[in-house]
Amino acid sequence: MRILRFLLQKEFRQIFRNKALLPLLFVAPMMQLLILPLAADYEVKNINISIVDHDHSSYSRQLVSKITASGYFRLTDYHSSFDDAFIEIESDRSDLILEIPEGFERRLIREDEQTLFIAINAINGVKANLGGEYLGRIIGDYNRTVRLEWMQMPKFNLFPTIGIAVSNWFNPTMNYQFYMVPGILALLVTMIGAYMCALNIVKEKEVGTIEQINVTPIKKYQFILGKLIPFWIIGMLLFSVGLFGIGGLVYGIVPVGSLLLLYVFLAVYLIAVLGLGLLISTYSETQQQAMSVAFFFMMVFILMSGLFTSIDSMPGWAYVIAQLSPITYFIEVMRMIVLKGSGFADIQLHFVVMIGFAIFFNGWAILNYRKTS
Amino acid sequence: MNQLIAFVKKEFLHVFRDRKTLLMLFGLPIVQIILFGFALSNEIKNAKIAILDHARDQASQQIIGKLQTSGQFEIYESLLSHRQIEEAFKAGKIKMAIVFPANFNQDLLHQHAAQVQLIADASDPNTATTLTGYASRIIMDYQDELLQSQRLPYQINTTVSMVYNPGLKSAINFVPGVMSLILLLVCVLMTSVSIVREKESGTMEVLLVSPFNPFLVIVSKALPYLALSLINLTVILLLSVFVLGMPVNGSIFLLYAISTLFIITALSLGLLISNSTASQQSAMLISLMGMLVPSILFTGFMFPLENMPYPLQLVSHIIPAKWYYTVVKSIMVKGLGFAAVWKETLILAGMTLALLVFNIRKFKTRLE
Repeated sequence: MRILRFLLQKEFRQIFRNKALLPLLFVAPMMQLLILPLAADYEVKNINISIVDHDHSSYSRQLVSKITASGYFRLTDYHSSFDDAFIEIESDRSDLILEIPEGFERRLIREDEQTLFIAINAINGVKANLGGEYLGRIIGDYNRTVRLEWMQMPKFNLFPTIGIAVSNWFNPTMNYQFYMVPGILALLVTMIGAYMCALNIVKEKEVGTIEQINVTPIKKYQFILGKLIPFWIIGMLLFSVGLFGIGGLVYGIVPVGSLLLLYVFLAVYLIAVLGLGLLISTYSETQQQAMSVAFFFMMVFILMSGLFTSIDSMPGWAYVIAQLSPITYFIEVMRMIVLKGSGFADIQLHFVVMIGFAIFFNGWAILNYRKTS
Repeated sequence: MNQLIAFVKKEFLHVFRDRKTLLMLFGLPIVQIILFGFALSNEIKNAKIAILDHARDQASQQIIGKLQTSGQFEIYESLLSHRQIEEAFKAGKIKMAIVFPANFNQDLLHQHAAQVQLIADASDPNTATTLTGYASRIIMDYQDELLQSQRLPYQINTTVSMVYNPGLKSAINFVPGVMSLILLLVCVLMTSVSIVREKESGTMEVLLVSPFNPFLVIVSKALPYLALSLINLTVILLLSVFVLGMPVNGSIFLLYAISTLFIITALSLGLLISNSTASQQSAMLISLMGMLVPSILFTGFMFPLENMPYPLQLVSHIIPAKWYYTVVKSIMVKGLGFAAVWKETLILAGMTLALLVFNIRKFKTRLE
């Protein structure tokens, strides 16, 4: 126990005396947590639209003013031909072209039917889909107005209509930041923990100080605990500052579920992540190696974790990979407890898996750490 | 000249003798481009939903059947009571619940009006909006089928063409994004430790007492990684064309030229980090902690940049990957020429120049 205390003292001194590292450890993640959720917003608005109006009738003007008044679209320009408008799409100044054919108004009344042409830049499929859907809805509304103008609608509705009532639970204001802040916080805590832990031991190897430890009667587990505990504490601290300081004060997120449950899960999770860092460090000779391996895993874990994209829509094999990453579970649990107030019964499976990860990574790391060279 | 060759040779040996790092350097982009090219998409498919069907009649069954065959939903379970919905949400089992009231079909046929309730788990607002949108469209389609026989007068139709990506494949959007991300991060990461490592291990002193030119040291540090990154670029391009089905509609030569410029930008950024830090640890933390998530967000392939608050849009301008991403899309997908990407090229060139000047200014020829 005494040995462990000395080791801890040494580690903390090392961390706190490194004036260059300290701001990186605390300030950088918090700055990111402050700014990044504002950048992560899927809501599609301000779609730029170019209009090619061959008709110049009162109907075509009415339609255009309906589109611009909807709030979803921003009219970039009128163009005299489709080719002109297409240049706007090529240069990304415009996302969508609406072409109104000549004689649109006249023929709509005479021939009962007219077709508008829409071209959408579909590189971003989701945005294209939404833009098309919004525009279709506006045109449909306009169509109904025109129809009402020309025909007497029966007083009673003869057609069967299905009313759809949508209710949004847990986040009725549809605030996307409520969803992103817990996820990004989870990510930052993970990165700090795993990187720092991985780099720390390798640094001792590279600088050579590990030999001094290897020749002392310090036991393997003591050495590893001495490395784990400081970063575990830093992770807990960082998480609390992020959750209450930035999540609570800046974004107004109040966890709905039990804080105790959240912290117990975090405690287990940090052990697992730090274990992964340790494991990487036992396999690396230089900090560069440790870092490139850590970077590889982090990037896979982050992009596959469901933080930004939905896991359910991944192909089967990718879904399996996503399930093998501890971050996936932590982000899920974070969002469940903080936003929905899920209880222990809801996340017991996550707990079991996370304890498994913790034992697996740490066990492997201890087995692989050699005091002899 | 001889001096430069000797330096470059030394750096190459440094890189090639570190087998583990070399393996990562090549393995990482290959695995990631394939993994992310296939796995990432911001579509929402196979979302699990629950049905609470109080009606159990023809109309509700038909709508459920339509939802099932759409491919967007996976019906996870049928519930019996309203209370179970909240439980299922809390356990994270479902993303949406659909409630049909009793006598749904009768209301629809006799009173010509019936109600369906869609309850979404809006803790993820994006998924909630998308799912309720999908479901509404399917229900509306069903309603239209009911009145198929009647044709409405004064009908405005629309023909929609999806330009550049008719199949709405997400790889078209994600591959250029992941490409710029990987090239940027790998280059920055590798060079960011190169100078600071010599400082840390003490070999910098040897360099400092030799009659070398600071510029030479910087160039020779970057050259091996430039060569490796060009090989990486080739591998990434081959994979994205032959495995992920990306088109190359523009000039491949132009793409290579601008990619080389982008790689040099990233390498100079890495060198600057290396020059300004005192330990490998801080260099790596800056290049990983400081750059990974911001690059993912501000490149613009994940979240549309034009939705961001204006100050953040300004921030995105300083991320080199953002400009490169635009170039890759323009050349590979849109098939445009240099006339369309000269602005981005100029910006990347300007960034590189500025970074290199900073590098030379920052490079200290004295020990502290």
